[in-house]
This record gives sequence, structure tokens and C-alpha cells, in this order.
Amino acid sequence: MTAPPPPGAAPVLEVRDLVFEFRTRRGVLRALDHVSFDIAKGEVLGVVGESGAGKSLTGAAIIGLIEPPGRIAGGEIRLEGARIDNLAPDAMRRIRGRRIGMIFQDPLTSLNPLFRVGDQLVETIQIHLGLDDAAARARAIALLAEVGIPAPERRIDGYPHEFSGGMRQRVVIALALAAEPDLIIADEPTTALDVSVQAQIITLLKRLCRERGTSVMLITHDMGVIAEIADRVAVMYAGRIVEIGPVGAVIRAPRHPYAAGLMGAIPSLEGGRARLLQIPGAMPRLDRIPSGCAFRPRCGQAFAPCSERVPPLMAAGSGLAACWLLDADMTAEAAR
Amino acid sequence: MLAYSLRSLAQGALVLVAVAFIAFSMFRFVGDPVVNMLGQEATLQDRRELTERLGLDAPFPVQFARFIGNAARGEFGVSYRQGRKVSDLIRERLPATLELALLSAIFATGAGILLGVYAAINRDGFLSNLVMTGSLVGVSLPTFLIGIGLIYVFAVELRWLPSFGRGETVALGWWNTGLLTDSGRKSLIMPVLTLGFFQLTLIMRLVRAEMLEVMRAEFIRFARARGVGERTIQLRHALRNTLIPVVTIAGLQLGSVIAFAIVTETVFQWPGLGALFVNAVQFADVPVMAAYLMFVAAVFVVVNLIVDLTYFALDPRLRSGARLAKGH
Repeated sequence: MTAPPPPGAAPVLEVRDLVFEFRTRRGVLRALDHVSFDIAKGEVLGVVGESGAGKSLTGAAIIGLIEPPGRIAGGEIRLEGARIDNLAPDAMRRIRGRRIGMIFQDPLTSLNPLFRVGDQLVETIQIHLGLDDAAARARAIALLAEVGIPAPERRIDGYPHEFSGGMRQRVVIALALAAEPDLIIADEPTTALDVSVQAQIITLLKRLCRERGTSVMLITHDMGVIAEIADRVAVMYAGRIVEIGPVGAVIRAPRHPYAAGLMGAIPSLEGGRARLLQIPGAMPRLDRIPSGCAFRPRCGQAFAPCSERVPPLMAAGSGLAACWLLDADMTAEAAR
Repeated sequence: MLAYSLRSLAQGALVLVAVAFIAFSMFRFVGDPVVNMLGQEATLQDRRELTERLGLDAPFPVQFARFIGNAARGEFGVSYRQGRKVSDLIRERLPATLELALLSAIFATGAGILLGVYAAINRDGFLSNLVMTGSLVGVSLPTFLIGIGLIYVFAVELRWLPSFGRGETVALGWWNTGLLTDSGRKSLIMPVLTLGFFQLTLIMRLVRAEMLEVMRAEFIRFARARGVGERTIQLRHALRNTLIPVVTIAGLQLGSVIAFAIVTETVFQWPGLGALFVNAVQFADVPVMAAYLMFVAAVFVVVNLIVDLTYFALDPRLRSGARLAKGH
């Protein structure tokens, strides 16, 4: 069901048929529908899609930060082979920060305004590594230096408001890496930053994770960021993965019409003055997801089977895509 | 920091002068003290003499300047009714009111924060729902009714606590304290509960609402993502953020506890400033009323100053803001 991981590496994270539901007064809404993917050791998986496609929810489900009425209704999440989706709260807490780190979108609100940057770093380090105060502080200073904060031995006693947005996101990255996790989930880590700072942060994240062999699940809607840092990319639409594969292949030759639409909406320097492509319509609301393929109403190439059955992920080029157009039997039958 | 405190002090002084003006105006508009003191049958000669003695014949600005000067030294003249110096009357009554109000304030903030945090953490628990419902009673029942209810249960039916007065007091210099005798402490219980109950429920509801709000903040989610335990998040990360807005409201509320203990003092016949003021109003005893007005203003100014300083202790953003203002 998923793209084969790069050779010679066992997956750090395996997600299998993850189903996520919200129980509301008007019935059960399915926000993630049989999502499956792997992330190999040291691999960067980009996850793209429109707002509401389920990208962030997938990240939250993996790290166990889900809030009622949402719940995991099916499937499995495995971290280095061991299931983590059914752990007791305290066991899950020990995994958060220690084995899975997380970076949120807005560095301005990710840090507690009333505590020194150092307090928050030392707290995280001591929770997971059990160092004494002096050792934890030394480690915190080293981390700040590593993420490129100048004069870290002085800045460690600063409060978050004394840092700029980009510097705060560096602190957030230091916090996420504080206990050397195996996997970092970065949820739109650059969206809230100035364009000039975005590239720096992405480069930093890429370098730090490569040095440590940390895997990254990078959630974004910025294809430029994906092209820059990701090894593979998963395209999500209405709670499903519609295409997943090596980043070059998906960007250059997307197989799913939705992925093709997304790539067509990227401005390019070589493209001249041609109009950017635009996908007509909007993603359906969770309670209005159409039968069959959820993208069907917006798809220019929809044909008979699309309204009948949900297309499974099938081999397409070097990756997988979920579209009936890729199924020879279906297209042949429709042509007759 | 220093500049900030000085500015707060200057503002406080301005408030006091404004209130002094209002207090002073009362001398002109609330009845004629000379008639009150001498009665209908006094001769014109008597009146003129008293007017001169009270300094009421001087022009307005002179009288006001004299009033401010005296007020700054704590002198508010002589009570029309009791013929004694107002400053002595206040000094006699002040300990009773301050002991009552401070204990109520401690009770209301302490229990209010504890219950508020509890109700926020165990949001849908049976106990927190009970506490929340109970707090509605506190917010909606008038103070005197709570006092009367307590008197009925604990003084009339159970006979555990005295129903009025301060009990025996011990003099420490000019300060008469009820805290050092058994009967004094027993007498304090019901008035303290009565006076503090409304503030308690208010602070509790405020703390709960603020804490629920803070718990939805992104940095709380990030703390969870770092693996911080839920208790640490609630009591370390959330509580401090909760207290910043609570300090303002609670501070003003506590000011009003000290200033407006009148109803409670009346219900329990507490020999404090409130009772003194009520009697003064009935008699149009303007010097006492003016002094009380100034006292209330001073209490609010002082409380506000303490609130400002507490902000500094709690919020680092303000500290560096002040540093910037100083050109650091």
C-alpha cells in the first residue's frame, strides 16, 4: 500500500490504515480515511494538501495530541515497530519530546511568555534525560548555539519576547531536538515567518536532522519547501493520501489529477507568462464528502467508476497514486 | 521599573487630590453643620462664633488649601456629632476594619484561586460542578442575607459563635487586636466569611475562566508535545499566565473589601469604620464622611500600586518594557 522505503533502511514510523473520526451531534465525521505511509530512518517526508485535508491531524494523531471529540477509530501507528496509538497517557507522554519531537507553525505562541527560554529548554532536557541542573543548562546552551542563536550563554536567560520570530523558531527547533528524538513532526514550521527567514529555518532544520539521522514529517502547503528538503512527498485530499512518491517524480510528473493541479499552481521561472493553473471548486466539507473518489466533482477527467468506488493507491511510476485513470481494466471498460 | 513606579505614585497622588476636592465640597453642600451642632434655638452670635471656630468664614481656596494640608497630616477636624477629633475616631476604629478586611481578602483570594484552579482542571467533575453552582449562590445572594443566615445557624441554633461585636481585644500600642484572644478569633469567623464570600466566588469564577482560556493556548500544546506532564503544565505553565489578568480584578475587589465593609459591619455590629461612616451619614457629620472618603481613596490607590508591582513580578514583558522606556 505504501511506496517502498529507500533500500537498506527500516522505517522509523509506520502508519497503517489510520482512521480518525469526530463524533458530533450530527453524526460521525471521518477526517482521516485509511491513511497509510512509512517514514524511513533519516528520511524527510513532505505532506502537502489544502487546508482541511488532514495533514495536521495526521501529525497530531501520531504524537498523541488529539482532543475530544476526535478519536482514532481504526488502524495502527508504529514507532520502530512498536505500536504507540494505544499507549496509556503517561507512556505516550514519555514518547513525546523524547522519541517524537514537534514543531508548530507560530513561534510567537509556541513558547510560554512568562518563562525564560532556558527554563523551557532545561525543563524539557530534565524530563527526558534526567540531567542535573548544571549539565542540563550546559546542554541547553549547546543546543542554542547549534540552532544558530548568537551569544547563547547570555541569550539563554532571555524571555521569548526578547527574540525575533525567526530566532524564536530556532529556539522551538532546539526544544524539539532537546532529547534527540527519532522523528520530528514539523507542522508548517515556516508559514508564520518572513520569506527571507523561511529559507534559513528550512536549511537549519535540514542540516540538524541530517547530522543526527532524525526523520522528519514536514507538513506544509508550500511546494517550494517540499522541493527543497523532502525525500518523498505525500499529497493529501479530503482525509486520504491520493499520491505518494519520490519528491522529484511527483513534482515533475504527478499521476493523480489533484496532484497535477497542485503542481500546475506553482509559479516557475521557466514558465514564462503563462497563466497559473487553478483547480476549480473547493475541497468538500467533512460532512459532504462525495461517494467514490472525493476529488471527482473537481476533476476534469472523471469517468464512470469514479462515482462508484473509492480508488485505492496503486503503483504509478516510481510511487503510488489513488486514481481510476491508472487502472487499465477500468479505463478499457469505460472506452468500450 | 523606577520610572514606572514613580508614574504610578504621581497618578495616585492626583487621584487623592481629586477625591479631596469632592470630600471638601461636601462641607458646603451637605447640610449646614452649624445648625446641626447648635440646634434651632441658637443665637446669631453663637453661630458666628462657631463658624469662625470651624474656619467656615474663610474664602473657598483658603479653606481647600487648609483642608488638603490637614488631610496630608491625617487631620480632618472635629466630629460635629461626637465633638472629638476625627483622626482619633478613625484610629480607634481602623484596626477592627483592617483585621476583618485583610482576613477576608486572604480567605477570598486563597480559597478563590484554589477552587478556581480545581474547577478548571476537573472541568466536568461532580465536585467542580457543585462548586460552580454554589458560586452562583455567592454571586447572587446579597451579603447581609449570608450574614443573617450564618448568625441564625451558628449563633442562634448551634450557639458556637457570637452573633455580634469583636469579643475581647488586646491593645498593642494603639492597635486593638482581636486575634490574640479566643473570643476575638471566634467573633471574626462569621464576619470574615460573610465579607469574603462574594469576592471568593468572583475570584474563583474568574480564575476558572482564565485558566480554561490559557489551557487552550498554543504554548500549552507545545509543552505537551515536549512531554511535560499534565500537572506541571497546569500548575507551572498555565497558572502563572492565569494569574496576570486575575491580579487586576482581584486587586480592585480587595480594595472594595477594605473600603466597603459597611454592610457586614452593620449586620455584625462590628465596631469598625463602616459603622462609623453609617452613623456619620445619618447625622450629616461631614468631617467624618470626608475622612472616610479620603480613606477609601487612599486604600484604592495603595491597592492599585501593589497590583502594578505584582504585574512586574509576574510578567517579564512589562519589565523589559520599562527598561526600554528608560532608554536601556
